[in-house]
Amino acid sequence: MSKTLKKLTRKSEFYTFLIIVVLAIAIEIASGQFFTANNFVDILNAMIVPGLFAIAEFMVLVSGGIEVSFPAAASLTVYATTKLLLDKGYEGGIFLPLIMVIVIGAVLGAFNGFLIGYMNLTPMIVTLGASSVFKGIMQGALNSKQLAVIPAGMKKFGVDALFVSTNPVSGLTSKMPMTFIVFVVALILAYILLNYTFFGRAIYAIGGNPQSARCAGYKVERTKFLIYVISGAIAGIGGLCRVCVMQQCHPTNMLGMEMNVIAGVVLGGTAITGGSGSLAGCFLGTLLIVMVENSMIMLGIPTTWKNVFTGALIVIGVGISALQVKRAEKAAELARQEKA
Amino acid sequence: MPQSLLNAVDISKSFAGVHALKNVSLEIKPGEIHCLAGENGCGKSTLIKIISGVYQMDSGYIEFNGKKFTKITPSEAIALGIQVIYQDFAVFPNLTVMENLAINTELAANRKFVNWKRMRRIAEDAVAKIGFKVDLDALVGSLSVAEKQMVAISRALMSDAKLIIMDEPTTALTKKEVKALFEIILKLKEQGIAILFVSHKLNEVFEISERFTIFRSGELVVTGSTKELDDRKFTYYMTGREFENRVFVPEKLTEKPILELEHLGLKGYFEDINLSVRGGEILGITGLLDSGRTELGLAMFGLKRTDSGKIKMHGKDVTLSSPRDAIGAGIGYVPEDRLSEGLFLPQSIGDNIVVSELDKLRGGMGTYDIAKADEEKQLWVKELGVKTLDHKNAASTLSGGNQQKVVLAKWMAVNPDVLILNGPTVGVDIGSKHDIHAILQKQAKDGMAVIIISDDLPEILQNCSRILVIKEGRFVAEMSAEEASEDAILEKMM
Repeated sequence: MSKTLKKLTRKSEFYTFLIIVVLAIAIEIASGQFFTANNFVDILNAMIVPGLFAIAEFMVLVSGGIEVSFPAAASLTVYATTKLLLDKGYEGGIFLPLIMVIVIGAVLGAFNGFLIGYMNLTPMIVTLGASSVFKGIMQGALNSKQLAVIPAGMKKFGVDALFVSTNPVSGLTSKMPMTFIVFVVALILAYILLNYTFFGRAIYAIGGNPQSARCAGYKVERTKFLIYVISGAIAGIGGLCRVCVMQQCHPTNMLGMEMNVIAGVVLGGTAITGGSGSLAGCFLGTLLIVMVENSMIMLGIPTTWKNVFTGALIVIGVGISALQVKRAEKAAELARQEKA
Repeated sequence: MPQSLLNAVDISKSFAGVHALKNVSLEIKPGEIHCLAGENGCGKSTLIKIISGVYQMDSGYIEFNGKKFTKITPSEAIALGIQVIYQDFAVFPNLTVMENLAINTELAANRKFVNWKRMRRIAEDAVAKIGFKVDLDALVGSLSVAEKQMVAISRALMSDAKLIIMDEPTTALTKKEVKALFEIILKLKEQGIAILFVSHKLNEVFEISERFTIFRSGELVVTGSTKELDDRKFTYYMTGREFENRVFVPEKLTEKPILELEHLGLKGYFEDINLSVRGGEILGITGLLDSGRTELGLAMFGLKRTDSGKIKMHGKDVTLSSPRDAIGAGIGYVPEDRLSEGLFLPQSIGDNIVVSELDKLRGGMGTYDIAKADEEKQLWVKELGVKTLDHKNAASTLSGGNQQKVVLAKWMAVNPDVLILNGPTVGVDIGSKHDIHAILQKQAKDGMAVIIISDDLPEILQNCSRILVIKEGRFVAEMSAEEASEDAILEKMM
């Protein structure tokens, strides 16, 4: 085996990729429709919102935390934004709504960040609580109902297509919404942040050993705080993308997405205990979950079975990565013994 | 005499009204190896933290390289050339060696963006200074303890260190690794770097340091040249108590052996192990770290299934497939790592003591008899001299030595026929060590069969009436207390 290939097989991203390939081939054999341009467009389209959420969740997980409040944060953020703009009779473009969701999302994230970073509370408890608080505010204070109309600027952003792909056989067309650009930009920014700034390295460092991070000179509290602020802002953006494309604002539509998003990130090889994982893995894991969700129909399996399959996938995926960790530990110990 | 590098004068520090340090002073000369010793809680860690700027002193001052400070921050300390290597090395297991090495330098330069090429250059320079050979792209988590320590040392050297403080650096190292570490320390000394070596291990103090300082209960007891120090004085300074190093002599042995092993084997760890222990004797098993000594201990307590041979208790065959079986057969085991295997740290001292005898504390209708349990808890805390105000305090609030007493109390309460101890005094201060040895000797005199697995040879020699040496999974020698000596054991061990 060549050295690069050997190195590759040691990464869990490689296995996620293998599963994706196997699944793709299976779907292709069953339906003959997987390797078509419009299917690719459909899958990538379906990935935009979970993908955005996954980026946020990924950063939080790497830092050793966990975030389950983002669907509620996204819902509240985008609902408040849409309602405010409608009340004011806003006629402009997408720019203002985008700024608004980033700001509101960041504020909600700051709530989590303050409690987790500065008060040193447990992330799971804080975000679970925050999730209820956000839902409560939306349903109580804002008296949320489905908004069937959204501001024209948001509507246009949701309808406009980046490009359209037509299936030559079936004649079906799939269009890629403009929101795809948002996703790609977020991915690139996250990549730069995580790998080329010391803020990003601090996220990894804190996930590995917060005490050491403090000794090395990282500002642990502030970094944790900012992670949740960023996560909140990304959640807001994700919510906006969803509403624009759906052409209506539904207050509970996104609730419950947290499990699949976390599952995707973990399937991509991110340690749930923090410290390790890559953005590529996060992307692949999310892709895998979206493929399973989207392809059930192509395989002729009733969509009611979707949860069973995603659930099984999570158990298998996490099981494999747990096995790998054990194997790696054993190998390291063997290497040590040989040296001694 | 050269001018001093560090002079900490009349330092005091209290936490919530409790004096941690009372007017202590410490002087370190440029390029010297100075040992700071003292029992747990004597204030040595507090002083280190004051010197490195983590804590602020209440009164007193520090002079470093002729400059006087009454207040110092961590970054100032680093800028002055003071580096601390903590016990856990403060490394990142999930990051590469390269990133671990370069991170401090980069952060000290207040950089915001990462340049991986520059990071690699920094890391290469760092390892070159002490000739440490390591794969820079390996994750630190995959390295051995000794290698992690080298990473921490290399990192410390990056910032032009003049004084390196090592906090109990040998705790988790094998003999060979300690030797390698000492070589590095001597190399650093040649480069004119002063070392403050914090330890409570006597032999290390003698071997490496030129001068020493000993603290007890937050006060300076003595400082001087190591040449003038001997075993007795050292123990006295550390504890304020005089101990007789009483060599154990068994009094009356039971006629028949209690525990016997016949041709016991476990593939890859040990084979053809034969031994028998009688009540009233203390048997020592010693060997190197990977000699199979730990696995043998685990097998005798049902934590590892053996694949050949027999285990007999009171002459009858027993199968030990779980600790429950072992306890049922009358075997107790004090594990190597008391923190993760021997104790429930967040739970109370008392609950930790009675956990193995819950069956005995049954009241009416199978309920838990709290009054009876309380009696037991108080009895054992007193009996073994566990230093605590209240047995309801969490076990984690105790020092290492007192934690080990709690582990012992747990077994005393069960009163097994055989008690196996794996490294009974690792990381335990001298005072508690003597206490623990006295407890074990008393138990043996009362008829218990005690097996001590340890590589602390003075401990073995002082306490064991019979010594077995294990090497590569086989017993290679059996010695009586009279014919055994450190050199004789070492020769068989290596």
